[in-house]
Amino acid sequence: MNKTIIEIVDSLEVSKVYAELSDPQSGGICVFVGTVREVTQGETVVALEFETYRNMALKEMEKIALEAVEKWQLNKVVIRHAIGAKKVEDPVVVVGASAPHRDACFEACRYLIDTLKERVPIWKKEIFKNKTVWVSAHP
Amino acid sequence: MEILLFGIAKDIVGKSKIQFAAGEGQPTSVKELRQTLESAYPDLGRLSSMAVAVNSEYVRDELILKPGDEIAIIPPVSGG
Repeated sequence: MNKTIIEIVDSLEVSKVYAELSDPQSGGICVFVGTVREVTQGETVVALEFETYRNMALKEMEKIALEAVEKWQLNKVVIRHAIGAKKVEDPVVVVGASAPHRDACFEACRYLIDTLKERVPIWKKEIFKNKTVWVSAHP
Repeated sequence: MEILLFGIAKDIVGKSKIQFAAGEGQPTSVKELRQTLESAYPDLGRLSSMAVAVNSEYVRDELILKPGDEIAIIPPVSGG
């Protein structure tokens, strides 16, 4: 059976993730939801805009999920990212890990989000009142 | 040969694809591709990093480009 759910969507539905991660062999489920914060480095964000290189992003997300399944013996993994325009408080990413014991799912969940941020080709543009900035583009 | 551009790389170049005609001036390796792009668009060289993907995989500079490869410029990612 397939243990991973990998998706890039326009609008993120976070409430269904428990059902997706629920598993008779699991004793713990961890979920991280990344959301749009209103203030970044003292400036008020009007909106965020996400774009992706979809084929490659899905491939990288699948690799990360399989690495986590292997390393922590997970029963289920979800990685789902939203793209397009997002406003303050919108969810933009959900990662979750389902494991027999809690240590594994906490560690795996952290690995999923940290590695996604390092490797997956998704780009975030911050839109302020007077300017737009591609996040992390410059040193 | 066609190069896909995303995020700030697309903004710097001003379009989402670059075409190189076959033959002279067409980069043969990832390293040459970087050099060609950075000299045509110096702002690409000022980014925190610039990775290259071929057929949806990150690749090293030594890789030789083949006809039909899907080539993409990956500026610093910022998902999540």
